[in-house]
Amino acid sequence: MSQTTTKTYTPRTRGQIAARVAQDIPEGAYVNLGIGLPTLVANHLPKDRDIFLHSENGILGMGPAPAKGDEDWDVINAGKQPVTLLTGGAYFHHADSFAMMRGGHLDFCVLGAFQVSEKGDLANWHTGAPDAIPAVGGAMDLAVGAKKTFVMMEHCTKQGESKIVAQCSYPLTAVACVARIYTDLATIEVTSQGLKVVDKVDGLSMEELVKITGVALQ
Amino acid sequence: MINKISPSIEAALAELQDGATVMIGGFGGAGMPSELIDGLIPLNRKHLTIVNNNAGNGDYGLAALMKTGAVSKIICSFPRQADSHVFDGLYRSGKLELELVPQGNLAERIRAAGAGIGGFFTPTGYGTELARGKETRIIDGRGYVFETPIHADFALIKAERGDRWGNLTFRKAARNFGPVMATAAKVSIAQVYETVELGALDPEEIVSPGIFVTCVVKVARSAA
Repeated sequence: MSQTTTKTYTPRTRGQIAARVAQDIPEGAYVNLGIGLPTLVANHLPKDRDIFLHSENGILGMGPAPAKGDEDWDVINAGKQPVTLLTGGAYFHHADSFAMMRGGHLDFCVLGAFQVSEKGDLANWHTGAPDAIPAVGGAMDLAVGAKKTFVMMEHCTKQGESKIVAQCSYPLTAVACVARIYTDLATIEVTSQGLKVVDKVDGLSMEELVKITGVALQ
Repeated sequence: MINKISPSIEAALAELQDGATVMIGGFGGAGMPSELIDGLIPLNRKHLTIVNNNAGNGDYGLAALMKTGAVSKIICSFPRQADSHVFDGLYRSGKLELELVPQGNLAERIRAAGAGIGGFFTPTGYGTELARGKETRIIDGRGYVFETPIHADFALIKAERGDRWGNLTFRKAARNFGPVMATAAKVSIAQVYETVELGALDPEEIVSPGIFVTCVVKVARSAA
């Protein structure tokens, strides 16, 4: 984060980022929430909206974690944690599940990221380090297959480097797939004319946000 | 009279030879045919190619099979897990070849094999290192990658109930890869918790019709 004097703003907590993403998910949407940070979005979806959560392993209408002792290990999410099926939910096999993801049937997917480029390229599956064991799962399918791909992440790495970059240095998950980026500092739309700031935390100036991000913002 | 119900796991696996490509169902533990995998270990088969979403957990099941040195190659989407130490060790020491496949390509390549499709173009992976060296094409302004089918000699899957014609029903999200893998192998073996009389399965609820299933073997429901 910026090394400057006193901060004039408070970054969003992870829960607040999740709540901000949830605001943009309308009634009737079919949504896949990626492993990690994005799963928090489920806790913030308004209860009065019918929103259908999809899990890649063959669940539509996924509900919250069961009470302790009620786990059914045949009903798990992509992170392999026990979940539940809501009334009206359905099970299906893997080829059907990925047809939903790859065939443009999901309205939104929300993914975590290592980096997003100003063109909307996404890097979130592999650091590319020589000793790292790669694992891709469904990330590449979701990133290109959902109608809209949202990214939810901290604005900067722990070392203070912006995760929004001119060009990704990590291996790509998909090219030009990201529609919106939600961070602890701002909500940013990826457009053909460049990155547009939709909103930012109170007290953070546009000038400072640009300085932290290191690429042009409108 | 056709009876695909096998008397034992040993009998069901008898034809599986060295060098076979073996699909194994399951996503994590859900749908994993643990008893069939355990039955494969004492056969001491070598040079197997395994197709599974993951690459084994802990020291049981697929991990235990890999530990014996039976597996030369694994085709999967998500090998790295908190407890994938058996895979990690074999991979890092160069004893195991990894073909990493985006999960949707894994499912669709298996589906393609079962449906007699010679390959397909998909946008998944376009412009990434997983598409390196593969044929690409721009279709309606969008980049696509050519992917080929994955055929197998054997599919080992877990279902819930089966009858003597090989019709299968599944339980909840344990269905995952099972029905697709059953279509893509020369020999498909399903372990089930219940074998039932012909006609006992509601035809509306059969997920894998017997044409895709070679053999059904009953296993006991474990306490875990």
